[in-house]
Amino acid sequence: MSGHSTYEPKTGFERWLDVRLPIIRMTYDTALNFPTPKNLNYWWTFGGILALCLGIQIVTGVILAMHYVPQVDMAFNSVERIMRDVNYGWLIRYMHANGASMFFIAVYIHMFRGLYYGSYKAPREVLWILGCIIYLLMMATAFMGYVLPWGQMSFHGAVVITNLLGALPVVGNAITTWLWGGFAVDDPTLNRFFSLHYLLPFVIAGVVALHIWALHVPGNNNPTGVNVKSEADTVPFHPYYTVKDGFAISVFLLMFGVFVFWMPNALGHTDNYIPANPLVTPQHIVPEWYFLPFYAILRAVPNKLGGVLLMFGAIAVLFVLPWIDTSKVRSMRYRPTIRLYFFIFILTCLVLGFCGAHEPADKVIPGVTTFTLGDYDLNTMVWLSRIAALYYFAYFLVITPLVGLTETPLPVPDSISEPVLSHPASGPIGTAAASKKG
Amino acid sequence: MLRKGLTFAALGFALIAGPALADTTSLPVKDIHWSFQNPVFGKFDQAQLQRGYKVYREVCSACHSMNLMYFRNLGQPGGPFYDPKYPNPNDNPYVKSLAHDIMVSDIDSDTGDPIKRPATPADKFPAPFPNEAAAAASNGGKAPPDLSVMAKAREGGPAYIYSILTGFQDPPPGLTPMPGKFYNPYFPGDVTSNWTGPANKVPPGGFINMPPPLADGKVTFDDGTPSTVSNEARDVAAFLAWAAEPKQEERKTFGLGAMIYLLIFSGLLYASYRRIWRNVSH
Ligand code: HEC
Ligand code: HEM
Repeated sequence: MSGHSTYEPKTGFERWLDVRLPIIRMTYDTALNFPTPKNLNYWWTFGGILALCLGIQIVTGVILAMHYVPQVDMAFNSVERIMRDVNYGWLIRYMHANGASMFFIAVYIHMFRGLYYGSYKAPREVLWILGCIIYLLMMATAFMGYVLPWGQMSFHGAVVITNLLGALPVVGNAITTWLWGGFAVDDPTLNRFFSLHYLLPFVIAGVVALHIWALHVPGNNNPTGVNVKSEADTVPFHPYYTVKDGFAISVFLLMFGVFVFWMPNALGHTDNYIPANPLVTPQHIVPEWYFLPFYAILRAVPNKLGGVLLMFGAIAVLFVLPWIDTSKVRSMRYRPTIRLYFFIFILTCLVLGFCGAHEPADKVIPGVTTFTLGDYDLNTMVWLSRIAALYYFAYFLVITPLVGLTETPLPVPDSISEPVLSHPASGPIGTAAASKKG
Repeated sequence: MLRKGLTFAALGFALIAGPALADTTSLPVKDIHWSFQNPVFGKFDQAQLQRGYKVYREVCSACHSMNLMYFRNLGQPGGPFYDPKYPNPNDNPYVKSLAHDIMVSDIDSDTGDPIKRPATPADKFPAPFPNEAAAAASNGGKAPPDLSVMAKAREGGPAYIYSILTGFQDPPPGLTPMPGKFYNPYFPGDVTSNWTGPANKVPPGGFINMPPPLADGKVTFDDGTPSTVSNEARDVAAFLAWAAEPKQEERKTFGLGAMIYLLIFSGLLYASYRRIWRNVSH
């Protein structure tokens, strides 16, 4: 799909530039004329939405950094000063804070999309792995960003998470001391977190460039999972997908706006408006919502090191998924068995998030005491997270390979064009659209 | 099958959206209506903010600092004493005179000696205590927290502040507060160790180091509003809600415009999408 270019320089300047730095040709081939399957649904608009999210975070972040002071006695007040005295500072800061949540909503949908339509399978393994790297970098960036306002949750969250590394045998303590720049989370920690929080988004931008490069070699997957066979299966990216992505982006921004303008603190924690105080530990330390499933997995294991390893394992399995999946059929549209397990998997992730927001000993069904199994009553968050974590891993390590070997997939269409009659063209240009779509 | 998946997902969201971290040791905050509570259209009531400032100035400021507040804030757009005649709040004579009533510390530039002088709109609200240790020492070991962003720093916001201020009551029989502490069922805490009644009937709430600050008639409102504890508490809570987010009104006005714009823009994009895709079966 890549390689053959249809760009023809039109003006003298374009011809001159084309033999020196063919940047217009590259833009034309990758962003305008790129042949794209014509059956992509709205789940495919989240790539563009993610690119926008990254852009928003970088632009708002750079402006915030002009006013922010990375010093333990001044950080909290400098953030409040942005909200009070900087022109439209409230807008910049609320966009950046809620933007992180929007970024994660989009990336989770984007990843579930990839899982459902088998976009990680050959020849897109590298594309998938680059995506997983982006996801890891996003988590690191978001974690360090949350420390910067230096509220109670910032501080104690940083303490809890950095302490996890102390569980590593032999080198654990040395690593945490090195990370902190001292013997506790303090000024040096805040300073280096700020430095890294500024740096990592640009690393992400670099990996996104690779991600898109890796996308443009095999081209997009599509809801049928069937390879593009001919030009009839595709449309040029522009104007067909620029307009579709544009519409989706606009709707996404509407949702973003609801949070920024009308409930800017709904996704945050009230304790983070209390300046950090190392001597007072909040009653419940909870991370941001997008980390909750992993927090639940961490606390499901009674042993600290075990919890840390399992938590990282939950992300590590994503990297090897292309080689775990034994099915040759990409799209779950034609795989009814795995589809059911997949929906349970989504539910499991939500349940893990729910458990992560509660204390391990909290009851799932209030007021009911069953019997104690091991360390906790069976009707507790910790047991629910254990069951959910078990399913999480079983889905990847057992169900995915086994179902791929044993299932009988539904018949897969020969080409993309074959099943597309659900949205037929409404007529040649110029004729009035006769039939409305169903 | 997709529908089944969506049902699962909806169920999952319902679980997550359920009550998180229920705190059983205090009463839920009182249900009270605010002029600014509507997330889209709510606006502050300027007269209420003025009364609230008076309560803060005459009562709370004896113990609580508001380190993020400057006198000029009182006269900025949306503030309690904003007057469109003075777009620059530093020129607002009313704000100037409010500031002038308060003495702040400074250094005499001729002698270098510490002095006191009347505040100007550019000055910060002065803090009642020189440092946290002094604040704690005068209040039974617990420093009164800064109130600048208090309304954002507690679950329930202004309603919580209102509940605390109006929630002081005599401890039920069987409950003996520690000396210098006051029973308040809205203050999160655990009073089990001071409770001699039945173990399954421990009263909700906790002991707070703040003595009940308000009383009927404590503050005289210039606009004739009766100065009941409830009115005083409601007005000071509204003032603190404004102080915690002075740009709240600007956010809502700007937001409404932006959202209407985005809605129209989305409609146009959808129409373009339908038109461009009209001739492609997909
Ligand atoms: C005599 C000193 C004093 C006065 C006057 C006073 N407070 Fe307090 N306040 C305190 C102390 C001390 C605390 C800390 C209590 C604790 O943590 O046990 C406190 C705590 C608070 C809290 C935080 C409760 C929490 O959840 O931690 C709020 C809100 C509050 N005061 C509001 C007010 C308001 C509003 C006024 C004015 C109407 C006021 N206070 C007047 C001493 C005072
Ligand atoms: C900053 C974060 C990211 C950005 C900006 C981004 C951007 C994009 C874009 C623009 C596309 C093409 C359009 C589309 O298919 O939606 C794409 C495709 C893809 N992305 Fe990402 N992505 C990000 C993160 C991720 C992550 C975390 C994963 C998975 C772990 C991932 C996996 C994929 C896959 C598999 C494709 C190919 C989809 C297909 O054509 O079927 N991406 N990405």
